[in-house]
Order: sequence, then structure tokens, then C-alpha cells
Amino acid sequence: MAKDIWAFIEARDGKPRKISLEAIGKAKELAGARGVKLGAVVIGADAGAAAAEVAKYGPDVVYAAEDAKLKDYSTEPYARVLGDLVKEHSPAVVVFGVSILAKDLAARLAARLGASLAGDVVGLEGDGELVATRPVYAGKAQTKVGFKGEPVFLTIRPNVFPAATPDGKTAEVVKVSPKFEDKDFRVQVKETIIPKKERVDVLEADIIVSGGRGMKAPENYAIIEKLADQLGAAVGASRAAVDAGWRPYSDQVGQTGKVVGPNLYVACGISGAIQHLVGMSSSKVIVAINKDPDAPIFKVCDYGIVGDLFEVVPAVTEEVRKRKG
Amino acid sequence: MKVAVLVKHVPDTETRIQVKPGDKKINEEGVTYIISPFDEFAMEEALLLRERLGDVQITAVALGPQKATEALRTCLALGADDAILVSDPAFEGADAYVTAKALAAALKGGNYDLILAGKQAVDDDAAYVGTAVAEFLDLPVINLVTKLEVNKAAGTAVAARDLDGYSQVIEVKLPAVFTAQKGLNNPRLPALMGIMKAKKKEIRTLNAQALGLAPNELGAEGAKVEVKEMFVPSKARKNKVLTGAPAETAPELVKLLAEEAKVL
Repeated sequence: MAKDIWAFIEARDGKPRKISLEAIGKAKELAGARGVKLGAVVIGADAGAAAAEVAKYGPDVVYAAEDAKLKDYSTEPYARVLGDLVKEHSPAVVVFGVSILAKDLAARLAARLGASLAGDVVGLEGDGELVATRPVYAGKAQTKVGFKGEPVFLTIRPNVFPAATPDGKTAEVVKVSPKFEDKDFRVQVKETIIPKKERVDVLEADIIVSGGRGMKAPENYAIIEKLADQLGAAVGASRAAVDAGWRPYSDQVGQTGKVVGPNLYVACGISGAIQHLVGMSSSKVIVAINKDPDAPIFKVCDYGIVGDLFEVVPAVTEEVRKRKG
Repeated sequence: MKVAVLVKHVPDTETRIQVKPGDKKINEEGVTYIISPFDEFAMEEALLLRERLGDVQITAVALGPQKATEALRTCLALGADDAILVSDPAFEGADAYVTAKALAAALKGGNYDLILAGKQAVDDDAAYVGTAVAEFLDLPVINLVTKLEVNKAAGTAVAARDLDGYSQVIEVKLPAVFTAQKGLNNPRLPALMGIMKAKKKEIRTLNAQALGLAPNELGAEGAKVEVKEMFVPSKARKNKVLTGAPAETAPELVKLLAEEAKVL
């Protein structure tokens, strides 16, 4: 019998994350093309609630591994649970949505099981032989890779593949009782720190407003934040701004920061060093605001304004406010 | 204490990457190579550990062609005590899985208390090797570390690491593998004295045979993933650049975003 296709589901507050719905969307497409079953796996201290929700999005079966020991994410307990399920049911492919957690888990388990892993997948041909397209050199190049054995683990980039939608049916939820080994707990989570943030992270944002060297001083980011507030956007920064200590490294977009692909990316006072451009080049629409008409950023933007960002950005903010009423 | 630092020799992040049609790798002509930036954080952390704890022996380890000795020479100049180059023509076609296998074999038996690496190399961006090395050596791994404190007497480490929109403080008994995230430290540059001293330090080369790896574990044969094609993607952009007074350009931009691009 042909082997199943699975999606790994990350839950937050009892609900599947958007990237996980994208993972299940892609897995569903693959399962449909091959005429095989679609499975979903939810792991966590409150996996049951998210599993009941995921069951509506088209899988044939949902495995819910719930255990108080899985409250805080830790690599090895999660790898134990998912690994045991993969060994028991032998899926051909497991699709993960890209996140720090998913990359961490997929890497550990791929090494353990000798699985074929491709990360950050942005394209997939799956009707015949499975071929994945993934960026390398932060997206300056892409590779098409084939796989030499199963299972295949894929982590897919957010905002690339459409998310699954509820299909009117509800799949069976199979409860799984994890069996751990002592060594799964070599690492102890002492504390979880959730920063007070009014805004989404750049990796999860649909819109990002970024500021670079042209911001001149950290306090000037207030004008970026005002525009971001109007747009419901995340605030990003170039490497120059982060290295100057103006913004936290977690905001950095670029080859040594985060590689993002929002619907709209607004670059303010960013000249467009290649190491920044590769970090945002997969954005659907790019806007540049810069006073230097020769800045490289204008060559890669969809829309640009040549002008002083300290005048232009507040004017744009006001226009957005007016339009949104 | 013994600390191993895994480094990779990669094209400079400022490099424009080119691929000749039909090739499965980049055109290396005119490309300058550096230590992968996240590995620099790992190397710096090893040096800081020595400054804090005193007796710390640092071994830099790289897998790559002979040219990768340049990265190791830089580590020696920064203060590594010795270095190992894992190199063999048989690694041609190796993927991250094979690379991790070979590095684990090179580290095995070295009694390292900590193995430090970058969170990912900025060439293949796989974010895999550090974790896989940990798995092959049956060690815990803590990825994306932004803070690391070692308690030598207790044989433990406490690390802060990034997760999705939050972070964790983690305690682990050593030995363990840690991968470095930006924010961990600010890497120093090698001093002239260090560069002079590095010239006298030894770089050992280990080939596949020395590592005890079978031919079917190496290169393309051992790889789990095969690169079939490499290309430079291109995306056409509209390039509508507006000039003039903000009172005119700002409304025009917002109109275009709402009505043409439909992103507002």
C-alpha cells in the first residue's frame, strides 16, 4: 500500500498556527496527487484542542500526542514522540511549516532516522518523483533537489503555499501516549521569556516596515513605528541599524538576520546592500523610500519615492490613515 | 575544559552569486571566502569562555577542500590551540547529512565538553549540521543560543536560546552542542601577534580513511539529498519610482498600493 503523507502541526493557544495550515495544504495536495491518505500530527501539553481544530482541515487522521512533559518545547522529547509515530506508521513525506521549532525538530529527527531533509522549500513537484526547490545563499540562488529514500522531511516557507481550508468533514483524532526515555530530558527548560511586544515578529508579518542607516538615530524609529501601526505591520531593520545598536538583532532582515517574504515590504532609508536585499527579495511587493535616487534599492522595488524619509514617511502614514478611514 | 568550534569556509555575504548554465554549484571565480558569520559567534564564544574560565583548550574543526584551511588559520590567529581539517576528494557531492557524519567522526573520542557551531552556514542555509552532529554523538543540542554560561565545577551550562517570538533559558549537563545566533557576542578580529603565532600552529588533516568512514557513507553515495539543478532566480519588479514633493508622492504611492498592487 502506498505510504501516507503527513503534516506536522504546531499549536499555539490550542489552535494550529498559520504555517501549519499551509503545511497541511501542501500535504493535502501531495496526498491527493498520489491517492494516499493524509495524516496530521499535533504534539504538546494541550494537543487535543488543536487536534480537534485541525481535524476540520481535511486530514484522514489526526494523531494527538498530549503529555504534561511536552508543555515547553524541547528538542528531544518532541523528537521522541514524532519519531515513534513515524517509525510506527512509515509516512512517505512529512511536511512542516518553517519555524524555529520545526527546523530544530526536523533536523534532529532527520539525523536520527536517516530521513531526507530539505528546508525552506518554496516549490515542489510531486506528481512523479518528488523534487523540491529551495533557496541557498539566502536566496541569491536556488536549487532543485531530489531525495534518495524515505521518509522525506520538508519544511516549507511561510506565505508561499496556500493554507488549507475546512472541508466540512471532521477527521478521526487518535490519541497517542508518549513513551519517553530518561535521556530525552537531558535538557531542562528553566524559564520561558515572552517579550512584551505590541507587534508581530518580522517572520510572521504580512507587512513589514524597515528602517536602515538613513534613520540616523534610534529615536527616529518612532516614525517607522507610526506607519507600522497604521498598516498593522512588523518593524524590521537593516544590518547597519542593528550593528549600530539602534534596533534588536531579532528585527534584522538580511542574510545574517531573518529572511522574510511578506505581502508588502517597505524599506525606509535602506540603500540596498546585497546582504539586505536577499533577505527580503521574495516579498510580493517592495516599496523603497530613500533620498538617494541612485540607491540600489530602487532597482529592485515595485514602487519608490525619492525624498527625505523624515517628510515622506509621515506623509504616507497620514495617507494610509485617511484611506483606512 | 575542551571546546571544539565547527567553522565553514563560505562565500562572503557581500558576494554576488553566479551560476553557469547547467552547473550544480556556484561560479567560484572572483569569489572571496570568509568564515560563515554565525560560526564567528561560536569562535568568539569559545574565546570568551577561556577568558572567563581559564583553562580552556580550543580546537577549530572544518570540513572542506584544502582552501578551507584559511578559515582554520583565522581561528588559530584568534586563539584556537589547534585545528582539524576534514578533507577528502570522496566528499564531493556530500550533503549536510554526510558532512555531519564526517564531522561527528572527527569529534568522536575528543572528549570535548562543549561543541560550538553557527546556527547555520550562510551558503547552503541548511541549519542542520550542528543538530545532526549532536545526534550522531548522542549529545543534547541547544540551537540559536544568545547567551551561554558554563559552570565548570558542576559540569553544566545555562543558555538562553531563541524560539518563535519568545526565548527559553535552558540548563544542560555537559557535554553538549550549542549553535550560535546573532546577539551572542561581538566577534573580535585577529591581532597581528595572533596571526604570527598561528603560522606555527599545526592543522591536522583527517581523510575518510582516518575517520573510519565506509565509501558508501561518503559523498553523493551517502547523501540523502541530491542537487539536480542550481540557478539564480529573477523576479521582475515594476520599478515605478516617484519624485517630487511628499504632498504629491505620498498620496500617489498609497493609491498605487491600494488600487494597483492591492496590498492595502
